[in-house]
Amino acid sequence: MSITENKTAAKIIRRRTRFEETWRQFRKNQGAIVGTTLLVFLATLALAAPLAAPEGLDDQHLGRRFQPPSRENILGTDNLGRDILSRIIHGSRLSLSIGFITTSIGLVAGGSLGAIAGYYGGHRDQVIMRFMDIILAIPGFIFAVALVTALGPNLLNLMIAVGLNSIPYFARIIRSSVLSVKEEEYIQAARVIGCSNGWIIARHVIPNAFAPILVQATLRIGDTIIIAAGLSFLGLGAQPPLPEWGAMLSAGRQYLRDAWWMATFPGIAIMITVLAFNLVGDGLRDALDPRLKS
Amino acid sequence: MTAPLVELVGLQKYFPAKEGILKAVDGVSLQIHQGETLGLVGESGCGKSTTGKLLVRLLDPTAGQIRYRGRDITSLKTPEESRKFSRTVQMVFQDPYSSLDPRMSVGEIIEEPLRVHRLFPARRERQQRIRQLMDYAGIAGRLINSYPHELDGGRRQRVGIARALALDPEFLVLDEPVSALDVSIQAQIINLFQTLQQELSLTYLFIAHDLSVVHHVSTRIAVMYMGEIVETGSADEVIRDPRHPYTEALVSAIPRVKNRGTRTRIILQGDVPTPVDPPPICRFYGRCPKAMDQCRRPVELLTSASNRPVRCIREEQ
Repeated sequence: MSITENKTAAKIIRRRTRFEETWRQFRKNQGAIVGTTLLVFLATLALAAPLAAPEGLDDQHLGRRFQPPSRENILGTDNLGRDILSRIIHGSRLSLSIGFITTSIGLVAGGSLGAIAGYYGGHRDQVIMRFMDIILAIPGFIFAVALVTALGPNLLNLMIAVGLNSIPYFARIIRSSVLSVKEEEYIQAARVIGCSNGWIIARHVIPNAFAPILVQATLRIGDTIIIAAGLSFLGLGAQPPLPEWGAMLSAGRQYLRDAWWMATFPGIAIMITVLAFNLVGDGLRDALDPRLKS
Repeated sequence: MTAPLVELVGLQKYFPAKEGILKAVDGVSLQIHQGETLGLVGESGCGKSTTGKLLVRLLDPTAGQIRYRGRDITSLKTPEESRKFSRTVQMVFQDPYSSLDPRMSVGEIIEEPLRVHRLFPARRERQQRIRQLMDYAGIAGRLINSYPHELDGGRRQRVGIARALALDPEFLVLDEPVSALDVSIQAQIINLFQTLQQELSLTYLFIAHDLSVVHHVSTRIAVMYMGEIVETGSADEVIRDPRHPYTEALVSAIPRVKNRGTRTRIILQGDVPTPVDPPPICRFYGRCPKAMDQCRRPVELLTSASNRPVRCIREEQ
């Protein structure tokens, strides 16, 4: 009797944690659920690529060039007789890692710079943010093209270029969230307690500025995948025979009249991936924005 | 009388403003003795919170000294010294909603000062200390894993109090600790402060704008207006016999159950003038119902026959 009483009491006291609340809001958003499902599917595909793909990423069969989609090759074959479906599946590894690595570069570098600028203010803020403005003033794609051309066209340099290009976006968003968080009284309370600046930034400022960062990162992954594909399309990224989607699109372009499937399916793959990230990013933004909470 | 625990000497805090210099705290001298509660009253923007922040070193003074046990703490420059100082002087904030990190549980909030100062390094002892602090502040033990948004204002403020007590301080700056709370809860929290003061032999600087609350808790009262102390005295004296016209106006605004004698409500005209570059005359001149021509000059704190410092030229006569 008393045990059940205690149990119901415990149930009443325990309310939703912030994570549960966010998840509840997120779940209501159909687009976000579609995006999440797609992302889980893509991630599984990328992780299990060697198992999931019917053929290797560079298995050339010159006897079956330009095969249209058929039962043997669901998405057709390319100019070297390679199975396009297999190449797209292998390529998902490339695109997803490009997205994550470049965004991580931007997140870590831009995040630190933005946090320093926002927290300390003054000269540090001015120097950092004016430099970010300079980078932002150059169109992102041109900036990346210039950088990759200078460094040499390969996948690593492409990721460096796109990553650098992401830094100002993160610096800005993190600076502004840090600015609003640092005025909160609990930051002053932490200072009175004797916390150091580093402790305050790591323990109070960043966790409380986390929501906009997460949203920005998710949306940014989609953007970087597009930019990276664009660079590869121009021949400035992944080099043959890597099945990078942008590079595949580029290779298919010259055969577009005779073998439309060569360019179309990698393009669709890019579109679905970017769409999935954007749907999830939008869903997260809506779920984490307290102004929309009931 | 023994040496004061805390002594403010000519404390100034100026902020650069667009039109000039904002004199938030302008030459405040105060003494706070061990075991007492000094009530600091004044309206919004008079510099009382700034004074509190200077005391806990959230702000650096423009000029003047803060002596703690005779030692000037404004010269504490190294982070190590400041950290040591933070163990003796703590603060309870006004807004129990924004002064607790929403991402930390009650236990984590109270634990933080212990971790920062590496007190009770053993996990079990630290947990015991947290329980003890929650007990001091009157927080039910089952709330240890709750988050601030799950608690009401009074409970949140108790968490803020437990956090301030964690380092076992001697002196607490209470910055309007009850003004954000419901009246019924205000009384509970004030009683808690009084119990804690006795049990832990604490000294308080109680900042508030509500004179009746201040009268209830304070040993002595200091009244502040536009960055200056205009009157100090024992709590009863100040309420019973206010000398400065501003204090008179404040006292007349205290609601009373019984009207003893004829007490007329003094309603001050106009707003507080801007504290940016105030003219060198009595700062209350523009609103003072007893203003005279002689008031158009700087006024010092004058010690009247009643042995209380009052900043009004009428004390000269």
